[in-house]
Amino acid sequence: MNASYGKLMMWFFLLSDAFTFSALLITYGMIRSAHPAYAGEVEAFVFSQEYWPIPEKVFEAVPFLHGMSLPLVFVGIMTFILIMSSVTMVLAVEAGHRMDKKAVEKWMLWTIVGGLTFLGCQAWEWSHFIHGVGGGGAGLAWNEYGPPDFAALFFFITGFHGTHVFSGVVLNFLIYYNTVTGVYERRGHYEMVEKVGLYWHFVDLVWVFVFTFFYLV
Amino acid sequence: MHTEDISEVQVVPADKAKIKKIWMTAGILAILTAIEFLFAFTMDAGTLRTSIFIGLTIVKAFYIVGEFMHLKYEVKVLIWSILIPMIFVAWMLVAFIYEGSSIYFSRFF
Repeated sequence: MNASYGKLMMWFFLLSDAFTFSALLITYGMIRSAHPAYAGEVEAFVFSQEYWPIPEKVFEAVPFLHGMSLPLVFVGIMTFILIMSSVTMVLAVEAGHRMDKKAVEKWMLWTIVGGLTFLGCQAWEWSHFIHGVGGGGAGLAWNEYGPPDFAALFFFITGFHGTHVFSGVVLNFLIYYNTVTGVYERRGHYEMVEKVGLYWHFVDLVWVFVFTFFYLV
Repeated sequence: MHTEDISEVQVVPADKAKIKKIWMTAGILAILTAIEFLFAFTMDAGTLRTSIFIGLTIVKAFYIVGEFMHLKYEVKVLIWSILIPMIFVAWMLVAFIYEGSSIYFSRFF
């Protein structure tokens, strides 16, 4: 199967975007390895400017479960939401191949819902991170969790990814709108769903890497 | 006003095997993420754990790019023109981690 011009250009755009995200994540790796690592027991960990924090000790809050230590649970839920919205996007593309307008509408709508839910989760995560857990929170210049660079990288990397999710939701909405008004049905194919689908999967792919390098390692 | 045209569109029924494959891929991604969580809480941090995380992430990336983004089924030239430039990223990662630890040693020792 030959890739069309539009799909090919989307692939090359995504490759260039992959370079940008790689640069950001590698910057994280470099700055982290230039800081002292925490050496003691995980249970005895306290926040300090002296060493890089353990991510699971920073990200352990979940909405509505105040004061409970649930390390990485919320970010796990966010990962699951994004993977699910990627699945609904594939199903929309698949329905487009079959010229099934109703199914494309249904799956695009679920994809948009997934994207918006993810953005809502990220807004909560940011708000919690900024307000902190009693030590003054974090901003670009100060950080209760560890060295200031840690907070700056958190805002930069998850923010850049969140911006991608946001533009993805906007694009998904445009595709949904065009599907409902019958633009693609009259055109005779749903290739636009595929192109925007590529972008949306890429956003999911980047999150898989952010999840590993920022939250797990 | 276009109803006459629209009624002529032939909706092809869904292929059960295709749909099943999509959900299978989703299941694999979910299971791999669950395994990552398991390692995050049962294993001490170190080079081995980091290697396992990176390995599992690459497997997940393979499924997302290959199945969801359909790259596995594209022409060979497209596959290689996406994959080969990523070699530079791998090198960049190695070079900058090396650079970072060298900064660490010159700052603290």
